Amino acid sequence: MSTTPAGWEVVIGLETHTQLSTASKIFSGSATTFGAAPNTQANVVDLALPGTLPVMNRGAVEKAIMFGLAVNGTIAPHSVFARKNYFYPDLPKGYQISQFELPVVVGGKVGIVLDGVEKTVQLTRAHLEEDAGKSLHEGLDTMGVSGIDLNRAGTPLLEIVTEPDMRSAAEAVAYAKALHGLVTWLGICDGNMQEGSFRCDANVSIRKPGAPLGTRCEIKNVNSFRFLERAIEYEIRRQIELIEDGGRVVQETRLYDADRDETRSMRSKEDAMDYRYFPDPDLLPLVIDAAWIERVKSAMPELFEPMRERFMSQYGLSMYDAGLLTSSRSTARYYEDVVILGADASLAAKWITGTLFARLSLDGLNIDRCPVNSGIFASLLKRISDNTINSTGAKQVFENLWNAPQNQDGMRSLQSVDNSIAKHGLEQVSDTGAIEKIVDDVLAANQKSVDEFKAGKEKAFQSLVGQVMKASNGKANPAQVNEILKKKLSG
Amino acid sequence: MTLAKLSISELRVALDSKKISAVELAEYFLARAESNADLNAFLHRDRDLTLAEARRADAQIANGNASALTGIPIAHKDIFVTRDWRTTAGSKMLENYISPFDATVVEKLNAAGMVCLGKLNCDEFAMGSSNENSAFGAVKNPWDKSRIPGGSSGGSAAAIAAGLAPAATGTDTGGSLRQPAAMCGITAIKPTYGRVSRYGMVAFASSLDQGGPMAKSAEDCALLLDAMMGFDAKDSTSVSARENNETPISARLLTAFGSDNRSGAGVSKPLAGVRVGVPKEFFGVGLSPDVAHAVDSAIAQFEKLGASRTEISLPRTRLAIPAYYVIAPAEASSNLSRFDGVRYGHRAKEYKDLADMIAKSRAEGFGAEVKRRILVGAYVLSHGYYDAYYLQAQKVRRLIAQDFQDAFKQCDFVMGPVAPTTAWKVGEKSNDPVAMYLEDIFTLGVSLAGLPGMSVPCGFDQQKLPIGLQIIGNYFDEAKMLAAAHQYQLATDWHTRSPEAFQ
Repeated sequence: MSTTPAGWEVVIGLETHTQLSTASKIFSGSATTFGAAPNTQANVVDLALPGTLPVMNRGAVEKAIMFGLAVNGTIAPHSVFARKNYFYPDLPKGYQISQFELPVVVGGKVGIVLDGVEKTVQLTRAHLEEDAGKSLHEGLDTMGVSGIDLNRAGTPLLEIVTEPDMRSAAEAVAYAKALHGLVTWLGICDGNMQEGSFRCDANVSIRKPGAPLGTRCEIKNVNSFRFLERAIEYEIRRQIELIEDGGRVVQETRLYDADRDETRSMRSKEDAMDYRYFPDPDLLPLVIDAAWIERVKSAMPELFEPMRERFMSQYGLSMYDAGLLTSSRSTARYYEDVVILGADASLAAKWITGTLFARLSLDGLNIDRCPVNSGIFASLLKRISDNTINSTGAKQVFENLWNAPQNQDGMRSLQSVDNSIAKHGLEQVSDTGAIEKIVDDVLAANQKSVDEFKAGKEKAFQSLVGQVMKASNGKANPAQVNEILKKKLSG
Repeated sequence: MTLAKLSISELRVALDSKKISAVELAEYFLARAESNADLNAFLHRDRDLTLAEARRADAQIANGNASALTGIPIAHKDIFVTRDWRTTAGSKMLENYISPFDATVVEKLNAAGMVCLGKLNCDEFAMGSSNENSAFGAVKNPWDKSRIPGGSSGGSAAAIAAGLAPAATGTDTGGSLRQPAAMCGITAIKPTYGRVSRYGMVAFASSLDQGGPMAKSAEDCALLLDAMMGFDAKDSTSVSARENNETPISARLLTAFGSDNRSGAGVSKPLAGVRVGVPKEFFGVGLSPDVAHAVDSAIAQFEKLGASRTEISLPRTRLAIPAYYVIAPAEASSNLSRFDGVRYGHRAKEYKDLADMIAKSRAEGFGAEVKRRILVGAYVLSHGYYDAYYLQAQKVRRLIAQDFQDAFKQCDFVMGPVAPTTAWKVGEKSNDPVAMYLEDIFTLGVSLAGLPGMSVPCGFDQQKLPIGLQIIGNYFDEAKMLAAAHQYQLATDWHTRSPEAFQ
């Protein structure tokens, strides 16, 4: 995966801006919904009109606390909002409210697995800050003007900073994916990378093994895992070539151009801004007491690792299935709902990871939008377990329910499933006499297969089962078919 | 007696007894403002808007729904944003700016039924001690039109002194309520930091800015402060509702020191037991002898009312000047960054690119003193200087606050002069900013400590210019301060004097 020539060690640290999924902004009451018409979600505070003041959104702080707890970091009992001063048209106040010397979360770690090898990435800190607005050029340049959209200005961000712990682009991507999984699992970030809810800055340097850290370059604002990997790979190659050609790396900020697959210099350290940070006098220090942390802790979802372990011990699932079923909180919730509503745990695991996942992926749907709710799905599985239908019939019922979604509650979902079974005549035939009759007919019409079976061809048996099932329109109980066929053939 | 000399309570009686209507009262003051436009106290007036508010007040009075301030005219320092009047903050930067919302203070006074006469001149972004820094011209002192009225709430102080308004709002960052009040012979109080919401005040230095009332007496200030203060969820530094949930200050003027002095002036020693601390550092070199004499006599008057006098020390008094002139510009440099010509305010006509547009708009829109403070502020916050200036100034600030707490172990109030001199001539100190900064020596410490401080008229110098006594209280002691000042005003008549030309 890595293209690093031998003799060089790569050192990478990531800074990730995760947009916290609060309904309103971090210091104003404006909505944070993505995609609204420009400046329709910017109030007087976001526009930085004279006389306006910021008021902290406690919901954003709670999401930061939740993150800190999930990564085993320290929640600072006292942290401070600071002003980062610089002029930019999409920065209405002329400063960004961020945290500088005293961040809300200190330390912590995120585990990654790459090629089966586990590794821990140490976090330096995580701090709260507000996002800027954006400049609009498209469609306006012909008029010789630029537009400013301040809808995003003031959206809460948690900037998560790692130690320089990663040694390859692949490791950096593994970390980014693990972090993405964590923040979306916690529900503190929607994780939508196209919309900019999860953006990475990568600090990349190279050195000879054992040598002190080399000069780093920062690649800004990468918003896909693929681009992150390619940007870092490119940057590593660039730095190696530079040094091997006798040059030296200059500390600078670079932008990744996905179209040309290269990084380009944005600004060097020499013209780096002096942000003149100082504590924001409009905001009191952020004080988080033990009771607040406890309240957040009690509202926190079970994390996926302990949940996966629990699924294995409680439901007897394989690590593989437990892993698939804890791939997202909504999947895990769906699975547990189905089991709690009475479906067999291992049958539910098989059906969800098989039929349901395949159907969701066919329609490109997330499980949150699944047209067959957990109640109906549990009822369907119950009808398999009690032999009302076989799995072939169940798949048809599932398809019917998928196409005619019903929002039934638990009490009536069984009725819905039964209606669908009855409507399409899919009740399983478990009447021994009826099945024996079909088996007799099939055996009489397929003497060749009977002979082959008797000559030791196992495959001929399966062919006969298939014939019986077909003759029963798929409704015969397969276990009974097997049993009766075996009995008759050996008889 | 002329209406211009009546107190708010007297105007209340006149309104409630239908001797005069709120509309007539508003017209009376508008006419006075008009005929004295040469003072340059008002920046914006709008007769129709004012009279509409007055009619609303008359309707409330007619319905019997009047509160203490219904129908009383007031004018606002042009640092409070208003929906109906332009808000310039005394700057060309905001020459045509109209806010879509009212400042919390304006909203509260409006809700109390007050009638707005318009907006008052001030130093640009409240930066100045003489009101000469207004982009719309200096304000004249009604006591001597060749002199400054003090600043930055100079328009407010001049309007009250000249009887153009019975009440005004002002703001104080380093003395901007107290010093102009002293120089114009009126009464003003800067409340404890956090008492009055800063929402809707164009920010100068956020950790110091505090709005407050200016009027003819402590009694009037108490009525106004009652209506202005209170917790505001829109200002994170606003103090909690609990501390504000108390009997109105105006109802405690005669009871703040116990029930004995309920009868007010009738009691010979209403301030018995009250300890007045007099800091020796407030009476050193640079203090005008006339000011020293007037302040000393005022303190003697407090002794006659029963108070005891204690010599105290505020050892870091001199350090307040450098600490303030680091912290206030630092915050200002950041607070004023929003004026970039992008969304509102002045935008240069010619520019090369975005950076040039921002730079030119600011270069054209800001006046010299504002630029000076932005430069100083950016410098003291910059990398490599932060520790030596900003951080050091914050440490000094804590020590100054500690000095006051030490003092309050020995006394209930600290009293001394508001300013070392009386009003100076227009232009006299314009070319020497440091000389002007030194004038703030007695007011800056109070601001840095976040304490309440007031200015009470206490005499005149040989040139017949008013002198102010400063009363400094501990945090949230406004009721006691106003009660003490009220007793002083019951026993003296300095606050009733007005300039001859404006009788």
